[in-house]
Amino acid sequence: MNTHDIIFNGIAAFLSISIYTFLYKDNPLYKFAEHLVVGVSAGYFAVILYYNGFIPKLIEPLRQGKFEYIIPAILGIMIWTRFSRKWSWISRYSIAFYIGSGAGIAIPLYLQNYVIRQLHATMIPVGFSTWQLFSNILIVVGVLSALFYFYFSKEHTGAFGGVAKLGIWTLMIGFGAGFGLTVMGRVSLLSERVVFLRDYLAELINYIF
Amino acid sequence: MRRSVPLLIVSITGFFMLIQYFIPLEESEWLYERILDWIIVIGCFAMLLGLWSLTYVSVNKVKRKVPGWGYNLVALSGLFFMLIVGFVPGQESLVRGSAFMHLFEYVYIPIQASMFSLLAFYIASAAYRAFRARTVLATILLVSAVVIMLRLVPLGPLSGINQWLANFILTVPNMAAKRAFWIGVGLGATATALKIMLGIERTYMGRD
Amino acid sequence: MDLYDQMMNLDRRWVYLVIGLVVTITAILPFKVPLYITPEVRSVYNFIESLEPDDVLMIGVDYAPEVMAELHPMSYAITRQCFSRDIKLLLCCLHQNGPGMVEQVIAQVSKEYDKVNGEDYVYLGYKPYPGITILAMGQNFRIPFPEDYYGTTLDSLPMMKKLTNFDDIKAIINISGGSGTEYWINYANGRYNAKLAIGVTGVMTSDYYPFLQSGQIFGLIGGMKGAAEYEDLAEKGGYISREKDQLWAFKSMPIQTTTHIVVILFIVLGNVGYFMSKRKKYGKYEHP
Repeated sequence: MNTHDIIFNGIAAFLSISIYTFLYKDNPLYKFAEHLVVGVSAGYFAVILYYNGFIPKLIEPLRQGKFEYIIPAILGIMIWTRFSRKWSWISRYSIAFYIGSGAGIAIPLYLQNYVIRQLHATMIPVGFSTWQLFSNILIVVGVLSALFYFYFSKEHTGAFGGVAKLGIWTLMIGFGAGFGLTVMGRVSLLSERVVFLRDYLAELINYIF
Repeated sequence: MRRSVPLLIVSITGFFMLIQYFIPLEESEWLYERILDWIIVIGCFAMLLGLWSLTYVSVNKVKRKVPGWGYNLVALSGLFFMLIVGFVPGQESLVRGSAFMHLFEYVYIPIQASMFSLLAFYIASAAYRAFRARTVLATILLVSAVVIMLRLVPLGPLSGINQWLANFILTVPNMAAKRAFWIGVGLGATATALKIMLGIERTYMGRD
Repeated sequence: MDLYDQMMNLDRRWVYLVIGLVVTITAILPFKVPLYITPEVRSVYNFIESLEPDDVLMIGVDYAPEVMAELHPMSYAITRQCFSRDIKLLLCCLHQNGPGMVEQVIAQVSKEYDKVNGEDYVYLGYKPYPGITILAMGQNFRIPFPEDYYGTTLDSLPMMKKLTNFDDIKAIINISGGSGTEYWINYANGRYNAKLAIGVTGVMTSDYYPFLQSGQIFGLIGGMKGAAEYEDLAEKGGYISREKDQLWAFKSMPIQTTTHIVVILFIVLGNVGYFMSKRKKYGKYEHP
């Protein structure tokens, strides 16, 4: 590492350790770092939004004479009235435009991708002659029983309740798998930071001595 | 006017986007592309609302000198410093090596990454405190979680069996459970979208 | 408070201390962890191996620094593999605090392989409303992105002359830490039949197996383990090098191993304390 890396990675290491002080208790160092990142992230996003959003999508087209972009610009400015108690009703027009479009787009695609294609993928060959065919039985039974569990318009009693119980067992296995992977996910965030601090400390010692 | 016109806009745009999916006409494609284009422009303005809100709240706290106002000053300083190093050099500030990107890499990244890495401690603590095999269901969840976690632990001769079991859990019962979840999400999202388009769901409009 | 109650009710700061010590000691004294390559990770690697030079692959990088530990290694390994094989890359970022992550990856890796912006790769940049942006890209990349991240008009870039929309790219690999993946599955694959693989955080991994089984995605790289598997494959393929310290996820795996053991032990401790305490309270044969 050169002097530039030592200094800037040193700042990064200091800020990382400031955050870890919170594990003992809340303190001014942690609060400083926490508020700093709030400001920096907001400023970062504002700059990105200007150069990647406003310039290519509004300023440049208007400069090129594409004045139809004034319409979405006006709709966008109308959203800002949300903060005014007297004029906030104006923002409803822009929001309605976005919400309506989103709702219309969502219906065929959600039905197709989350319902029909998933149900289609559940219509698989079943049997007992191979392990794959037997696993397919478990998949079909698992999906149907979990769907039975999610049907709350009928009381979960009798045979229906029995299937729903199998469904909740299936769901619990899924949640357990999710939890196990979540532990891995969280630990990986910590391991990266610790490896960074370790590497920086080694480089710092190397640099000084 | 204040409620009826937005409801009409929602219905018209919603039904147009829904029907357009099934009609491959050049004219409908043109309008579809214009709507997508305009929504992105509107989105740029909408994103500024959050920034304005943060600035307004922080400035107010500093003006009124509420307890801890110094930290709000730190947030505002961070914000304005980023704006200066971002806007003054022009679009070159987005290139790696600029002062703007230095702040991103050596201030924003380490703080944000460290903040989220605290979750590792919290999940260990939560697992220790709350993960009790009190019932059959909790035991099933616990066993499934432990099998998945043991994927990352070398178990010698048992590693092969554990890997197979973990793969089975992920690709069969977990997959079945999550499929039921996604089917529920799809049906729920469709129902909500229909309710919005038909004007039954109006919470997005806020209060008068 | 007897021993079993104490086992159940340790102060959380002791838990934090043990976790901190285990992680630190393992970081100082790492060891090799055997890795089993899963089929869902291998399928992404094999797909990129099947591409020809000058084929275009799209990488949708939708994550911010908070999850970079799991996803950055994936981005680096895939980018290095593609550039080694002269595969052209089209990158975009649909997460508001993620554009800098892509810039980090592409600025570093393009330099390693002498790749030129506009000819070998194009970085489109960021736009709000990921779902709408993906739908617009499916019609024409120029609708949401008339210019790239650096402000250059897309039509002036040589690589973009042959690219109009998703039909002109071989596949999309979405590396995401949030809901961006759902938009890519729903809109890019759902509406435009774009070939899609995903790289997601550990938390999200278990949710996307249904889409793998249904064929809506052809590969799934899950969390840091998935990233380490991919790095292992890429190292064996000669695309990344341990000597150049390019195996980020792989070198964190020992910490994963020891921390997982400790978490399991804490769970066992809590449960032993719970059951022994209950047995003591209610007697061997009596239950509440």
